[in-house]
This record gives sequence, C-alpha cells and structure tokens, in this order.
Amino acid sequence: MIFKGVDFFPHGTRFPILEYRKVFVGLTLAAAVLSAALLLTRGLNFGVDFKGGSLIEIKAKSGTLDVVKLRETLNGLGVGEPQVQAVGDSEALIRIGQQPGADALAESRSQDAANKKVTGSLAANFDIRRTEVVGPAVSQELKSTAVLAIIASILGIAIYVWFRFEWQFALAAIVALIHDVFITTGLFSLLWYEFDLSVVAALLTLAGYSINDTVVIFDRVRENMRKYKKMEMVDLLNLSLNETLSRTVLTAGVTAIAVLALWLFGTTVIEAFTFAMLFGVIIGTYSSIFIAAPILLWLGVDRAAIVGEQKSDKATAAAKAGLP
Amino acid sequence: MSMLYFSRLYQAMILGICALGLLLCVPNFLSKDQFDALPKWAQNKIGLGLDLRGGAHMLMTIDTQQLRKDWMDNIRDDARRTLREGKLAGSPSVVGKAVEVRMANPADADVGLTALRRMIQSVGGSGFGGAANLKVDKGSDPGVIVIEPSDAGFTERVSNAIATSIEVIRKRIDSSGTKEANIVRQGFDRILIQIPGVEDTAQLKELIGKTAKLTFHDVHPTMTPEEARRTRVPSGFKIFPAVRGEFATEYLLKETAVVGGEDLADAHGAFDQRSSEPIISFRFNQKGARAFGEFTRVNVGRPFAIVLDNTVLSAPVIRDAILGGSGQISGSFTAESANNLAVQLRSGALQAPLTIVEERVVGASLGQDSIEAGKRAAIIGMIGVAAFMIFAYGLFGLFASLCAALQIGLIIAIMTLMGSTMTLPGIAGIVLTLGMAVDSNVLIYERIREELRNKSSPLKAIEAGFSRAYLTILDSQLTSFVAGLIMFVLGSGPIRGFAVTLTLGVVTTIFTAFTVTRLIVSWWVRSQGTSKIEAPLSYKMART
Repeated sequence: MIFKGVDFFPHGTRFPILEYRKVFVGLTLAAAVLSAALLLTRGLNFGVDFKGGSLIEIKAKSGTLDVVKLRETLNGLGVGEPQVQAVGDSEALIRIGQQPGADALAESRSQDAANKKVTGSLAANFDIRRTEVVGPAVSQELKSTAVLAIIASILGIAIYVWFRFEWQFALAAIVALIHDVFITTGLFSLLWYEFDLSVVAALLTLAGYSINDTVVIFDRVRENMRKYKKMEMVDLLNLSLNETLSRTVLTAGVTAIAVLALWLFGTTVIEAFTFAMLFGVIIGTYSSIFIAAPILLWLGVDRAAIVGEQKSDKATAAAKAGLP
Repeated sequence: MSMLYFSRLYQAMILGICALGLLLCVPNFLSKDQFDALPKWAQNKIGLGLDLRGGAHMLMTIDTQQLRKDWMDNIRDDARRTLREGKLAGSPSVVGKAVEVRMANPADADVGLTALRRMIQSVGGSGFGGAANLKVDKGSDPGVIVIEPSDAGFTERVSNAIATSIEVIRKRIDSSGTKEANIVRQGFDRILIQIPGVEDTAQLKELIGKTAKLTFHDVHPTMTPEEARRTRVPSGFKIFPAVRGEFATEYLLKETAVVGGEDLADAHGAFDQRSSEPIISFRFNQKGARAFGEFTRVNVGRPFAIVLDNTVLSAPVIRDAILGGSGQISGSFTAESANNLAVQLRSGALQAPLTIVEERVVGASLGQDSIEAGKRAAIIGMIGVAAFMIFAYGLFGLFASLCAALQIGLIIAIMTLMGSTMTLPGIAGIVLTLGMAVDSNVLIYERIREELRNKSSPLKAIEAGFSRAYLTILDSQLTSFVAGLIMFVLGSGPIRGFAVTLTLGVVTTIFTAFTVTRLIVSWWVRSQGTSKIEAPLSYKMART
C-alpha cells in the first residue's frame, strides 16, 4: 500500500466559464485602460538602471536607523534631494538623481562627487553595502534594450505558437501575453514600486510562463475538437477549460510556492523581481483561462482543418512512441 | 508497453548522465580544504558573481571624438610635412571629421593630390592599413584636397585604442596589487572592468581614468605666452597651461614633443635627496635617451617643459647635457600621487580619456547575506514544492520532488562545465525552475488521473499519461526557452545570469520529464511484479 496523494481539486466540473466572458473581458479592459492611463499620466518609478543616477544601500553599524535624521543629513549636502527608503530596522536605500554636467565626463565627475559626499557623511555610522551608478547614456540604452527584449520575446513566442497552432490560437495567446505584461507594468505604476532591470527580467519570465498555461489549454482544445466533432464551440472550450483547470491551478500553485519562498526570504536586491513574478503567476493563470479562450471563441477556428490535421499528428505520435 | 520500456543501454545512458551531473556538482559543495585536496582536473566549480562575492563592476567608455581629433591632428601634421618636402605651398587644417588641404595655387592640386596619396600609402596615415582607412580626394572647391577616414578605418582605430587601453588598464590595476581583474571590451567603444573584492573604487578610478600622456617639449626661446596671445601663436607652437604652484601659469611650447612617455623604460616614485619632496625618477629607453641627450646637449642653459596630459608639470632649465637617459620630475606631488603617476607612466598612456558610465559596487557583507538568503530561499522553496507534490501525488509526488532536486544538480553541473558564474538573479532562476520543473509532472499525473477516471487500467493510464502529456510539455517548455534565449541575447549583467539558469532549467526539465521521471515510474511498475498493478494515484470520480 502506498500513499497516493490527495486528489483535492474538484474534478468533472462544468463551470460555464465562457458564459461570463463579457464580465471578465470587461474587467480586463477596465484594468488595461487603467494601466494605460496610469502609464501615460504617472509613468513608472524607474530605478537607477533606467533613470540614471546612483543607488546606495547602507546598514547601521549598530542599533536602528533613524530615517528622519538620515534625510536631514542628506538634504543638507547639496546634492539635490536624495530619496531615502528604509528597509527593515537597520537598512536603507538612498537614491541620488543624475547630477548635472556639461558633457558625459562632467556628469560622471559630478555624480562621483555627490556619491562621495553622501558616503563620506555616512561612513562613520553606516556600512556602505552596495553602490550602483548608471550614467545617462547607459540608462537610455538599458531602457531601449529592455523594450526591445520584451517585444522580441513576445514576437518569438508568437512565432512559436503560430508554428505549432493555427493563427487564431497564436493571436489569442499573444493578446493574453501582452495583457499580462501590460497589466503588471500598470500595477508597478499604481503602487509606485521601483521598476528596474530585474522587473524586466520578471516580465520576460512571466511571458514565457503565462504562455505555458495557454498552450496547455489550447492543446486540449485541439484534442477535443477532434474528439467531439459536433460539439458547439462554446461548450467545447468550456469543457477544455474545465478539464485542464486542475492542472492550470496546481502548477500555478507550485510555482507560486517557489516564488513565495524567494519573496519571503530574498533580499532587497530581488524584491521587485519576486513581486512582479508573484503577480505575474496569478495574472498569467487568469489570462489563460479568462482572456485567451474568449478571444479564441470570437476569432473562430476552422475546425475542418484541425480535424484534417489529425492524421499527420498521429504519425508524429507514432514516431515518438517508437523512440527508445 | 512502449512508454515504460527502457533498454538496458538506454537506462545506463540516463543513469550515466545523472551520475556524471551529480559528480560534477560535488566540488561546488566542498569546503576550501577539501576542494584543494581534489586532483587538479577535478577542481572545477562555479565562480561567484560580483553581487555574491562582493566587488566592483565598472563600465568605461573611450572618448571616440578625442581619438578622431588626435588622428586628424596627426594627419594634418603629416600633410604639412609632406607639402614642405614637396616644396608645395598649401595649408592643411582639420575641418569637421576630415583634414582639408587648401593649396595656395589651385593649379598645384593634382601634384598635391599625388603627393598626399603617396604619403597615405607610405606612412599609412599614422596607422596601419592607412591606405584603406583613409580616402584622399579633391574637394568641391578648386585647389582643395580632402583627406577623410573611412568608417571602417575609424572602427579599426577605435578597436586598436580599446585593445591598447585594456592592456594599459590591466598593467595599472595589476601594479596596484589587485589581482583577478577581468577586463574586456564591450560593444563598440566600451570597456568592462570587474574586480572582485574591491569596495572602495576611488583610488582605482584615479589610477585608471588618467590618460597619463607624458611629453617633453621645447619652450619658445623668446616669445612669452602673453605676447603670443596678443599677436599670433607662431606656427608649430601652442600655449599649454601649467599646474598650480608652478612658476608660471602657462607656457608657449613647441607642439611636437622632443620625446614622449612611450620611450620611458622605467618610472617610480621617490624622494628628492636634497629637498626630500616626492618626485618621480625615470629612465628612457635607448631611443628616448638618444633623442633627449641630443636635445639637452644643444639647449644647455635653456628651459624645457615636462607636460602631462597637456598640462605643464615643470619647466626646469637644462644645466648640463643629460646623456645617461635618466632624470626626475618634480611638481608638487604627494608620495601617493607620485606613486600613482609612476604606475601610470610605467603602464603607458591611454590613447584617449576613459569615462565611467556605469558602476556597481557590492560589499562583501551584502554578498554573503545574498548567498545566505539565496540558499534559504532555495531550501524553503524545495521543501514547499516537495510538500505540495507529495500531498497531491503521494509516492509519485516524491518521485517528482527527487527529479526536481536532480535537476538543480544538473543545472549546477552544466554551469560548472561551462565555467559560468552564479549570481543572485541566477539563484532566483534556479528557485523559479523548481516550481516550473514540477509543472511537467503535474501535467503527467493529472493526465493519469483523468485516464483512471475514464476507467483505464492503471498501467494503461500511466502509459497514456506520459504519452499524451509529452507534446504539451514540449510546447510549454519551449515557449519559456524562447523567452530565456532572448533574455540571454539582449539582456545585460543581471538579466543574463537569470537567463542562463532559466534556460538550463528548461533544458533539464525536458530531459528529466522525458527520461528520468519515466524511468523511475517504470521501475516502480516493474517492482509491483504483476501486470495488474494498483492505481498509483488516488482519484475522485467526477461529480455527475
């Protein structure tokens, strides 16, 4: 007798998910509009990577850190208004804006001087744990590469899905993907969390992750199209969503456990990353179920073509089974 | 039972790969003594990135405008000499990105063109491959000849400057006692310097940033800089500012140096024997000694100027001919600045100034904290995922957890083989992989449950679970792979470290899901001894 695990997730459900598609799509559209509005009016709280300037992480040599006093000290230094963000009791992040200068060399010098002033005034009571300085040229580049990377990965994934499925599937998957990236970015604007390179890494990862669920559901949709040739498309999609629901939710749960571990026990360095990932896992799962499927329904799929494909697909499966 | 059949050879291959992978991991987990006790060939482990071990990362950019200007200035000087030698009247000057030679008599243009073309051929336009790198043509105005560098020529020029700069920086950093610096070119005009263990970069920047171009110049015999400013700076001369504390604030010097820093054989910081102030004592190589000796012999009683980066350090009067080829430079140094300058002079001059455009410094204490946090997150993540999987799938969940642990081992093994470094984002990638890796198992197991519900026999259900889930696993993993690949290609520093582990996570997920999990399950099936095995997973029947 072995332990066979607990089959706790309800099975054989027949949630009429697509009947509420207008609600979900409406909700999503609202979130998307809100995100767009936030991004346009408020923008993002760019970190040093994208804004330029310096970031200094300090830790009190003993006792706790008095943020108010720290702010006073820093404001008196004449390096603009450094931002102070307390981390725990004894640590803080200090951000200094890009210092002016006539050219790149002068900018770099004055930034250096500002850093020196700040670290010099703190050296007696604090350990300088980390310093990051990014010049204006580099921050511009990092920004454009980040945008390029996001576009390239969405395109890359789109091409892959298009190659594997019909174009309607690919389009639906891509809309869901863009939705995830967009809403997550919007959330960063809403919460005014710092948006830096690591968040971009999280966006790229969540793009690759979120598409997983969508692909798994679409795989099932295709399978069911061959199995139930006469079923209404709405019912077929509903059936597929329900059949894959346990898998979709369970994998999201496991991934969330891993990300949660990072979030609870990680350091300030990857906090933004894990937050984006955690939200991404949730929204990625949401979009796979509530966004991608309705779009597929609206786009319509040429069912005859998919049924016709079956033969060649079977041949591949047979070839696969023949492998050692 | 094709899905669960493994030939002995195939089993041996799978086990071999796993064993090899785990063996390769081992050195990463040994203490330093144990590691050192390993035979040399086995001493491979993943290096720690600067964010984990502490250190400085500096991205510098070379001043390409200055490089172009210096190049054009050289060509202008060459052109001037060529015209003089050819007894042609014309005035070369730098205009924008090119040198324009305006012939006094437009009829001379053809002769001038031939002469200048020959100059470019022979001297290579002050650089190798000059003929291809420079275009000499008639300009639009009559009597004007334009010498213009080609794009390829300029690119080569920058490449050469970067290569020599890297050498110079390496020498400077090495002589400051810091080892293990990693200095590489990045992009077109950048140099990336990574130095582990360095927390205070101020001194380093001082050392690296200076071009340290040392030259010895003739001082104009009669005219003072003020006179020159009032009337006209004589051709071939230029006004140089002097360092503070020098006798005069500026000097009128011959533009072409008598001898330069490239002819120094040695330089080091010292103290003057009489005044005991810090100085730099230097020695020329043979060529430099000869030129300097000749110059001082002819000019006894007159001053000459020692110029560093276009600023006059001192302008002593020559008392005797200096034939031995050695001398000393004074000029309000501190012991430290004298030493720094000596290092810079020994290592040679940079061709153009370097500006820091990005700098990231991580203290060793934060690095250590990050390692601890990363380990903790990995362990908690592992336990959490395993607990979840065992709760949901029992024994098969345990199999999946073992495979996830094996996968981490394989990722570390591949990274060891590739000689890559582990960074904090890299650890994040591994922890994330943990969650995503068992995804493939969830797919398979859920499928098995579904088949069981459809009244398949347990064996058939397992078979179908594996075979049906495969394409889906491949699909879902390959999309992550695409994202990881793009991150690796386009990403910089931190994103790259993450992309590496994420991509390896995908590769190892596909490997373990397709082979190891299946193999373990096939063993379990065989251990049951009968073809009528019990269902390996619990399942509720669907509600009706």
